[in-house]
Amino acid sequence: MKAKIRKIVTFVEETHTEMGKAVAPPTRRAAAAAVIENPFAGRYVDDLTELMDMGEELGELLAKRAVAALGIAGPSAESYGKAAAVGENAELEHAAAILHPKLGAPVRKVLGKGAALIPSSKKRGGPGVALDIPLGHKDAAFVRSHFDGMEIRVNDAPRANEILVAVAVTDSGRPLPRVGGLTKDQIKGEDGLR
Amino acid sequence: MFEVRVRKRVVIVEEVYHEGGPAAAVPQRRAAALAVIHNPFAGRFVPEIAGFMEDLNPLGLEMAKSLVTALGGDPKAVEGYGKGAIVGQAGELEHGALWHVPGGYAMREVLGGAKAIVPSTKKVGGPGTRLDVPITHINASYVRSHFDAMELGIADAPRADEILLALVMTTGPRVHARVGGLKASEIKGEDGLR
Repeated sequence: MKAKIRKIVTFVEETHTEMGKAVAPPTRRAAAAAVIENPFAGRYVDDLTELMDMGEELGELLAKRAVAALGIAGPSAESYGKAAAVGENAELEHAAAILHPKLGAPVRKVLGKGAALIPSSKKRGGPGVALDIPLGHKDAAFVRSHFDGMEIRVNDAPRANEILVAVAVTDSGRPLPRVGGLTKDQIKGEDGLR
Repeated sequence: MFEVRVRKRVVIVEEVYHEGGPAAAVPQRRAAALAVIHNPFAGRFVPEIAGFMEDLNPLGLEMAKSLVTALGGDPKAVEGYGKGAIVGQAGELEHGALWHVPGGYAMREVLGGAKAIVPSTKKVGGPGTRLDVPITHINASYVRSHFDAMELGIADAPRADEILLALVMTTGPRVHARVGGLKASEIKGEDGLR
């Protein structure tokens, strides 16, 4: 592992009721987050390859952790998302290097498929900063019932020279979806959109 | 007899590899089980509330078991614990105190009779309120290496008429514990203190 990991945190949320109405089966989503050292903290470095390679390793590790936390097989996952928060001594571009070039492929491998873009967010912040991870259906981005988000935070991260990297996976959409749009049983799942 | 209505459950697991010092051979693990329940006493003063403690016992046991599972399945691996509650703004602090007995009973039951008092904290707050749950050794409160805490919270809870209940367990001391005091290896484990 190239990334120097200080901490790994997993979160599992199950929603059993919403406005007093039962959600059966409960909707479930999981996020796995790693706190790593930022090798480029405090200075401008042109070549960000090292962070891109870390993204690849973390994609596999965090996707496996999230799926394991849900207790499902990878292909049973329905939606996903990713996000990173860099500490105060970093550039936003460091988060981009972790997330965008190489993190997605191993996530898709763990989930069996993943034709859709992995929705993402990034920010710079101090320890305890909230990360809102956007969620979308893994094979068809337009599935409206699966547009969602999951907030996570780790109270002591990211420190100034750290990066918090997270992958979220669900086995379901929102608790009581009823705003229409494309449904998951209508998708082709080929172009990543519908 | 009041119904325990669960809206949401969350499990958080932290694995701490290091905190700037040498990485631990076995990372310290901390886990929190959270349940968001309807507060049957919200919005009015109810003199007799103690009966709700018994109603909470089954939920407490489920949460305690889920923590042992999250930490690998062996109750013997658990060395520290704590509990807490956040009462939504239409409730009173006393409603949080209802968690003392069922939360403590549940963890002792699952751990096979832990001796030390379960440290706890509680507050009234809105959605997203964070709670620092204190943690001490399960058999001897004075074990200094196991004085710890875990911050937790849920972005959308507690709503005004809800209570967020929390149980926490850990598998070991702080990752770089080195401030002396009673050691876990020195305890008698009879009076719950030393």
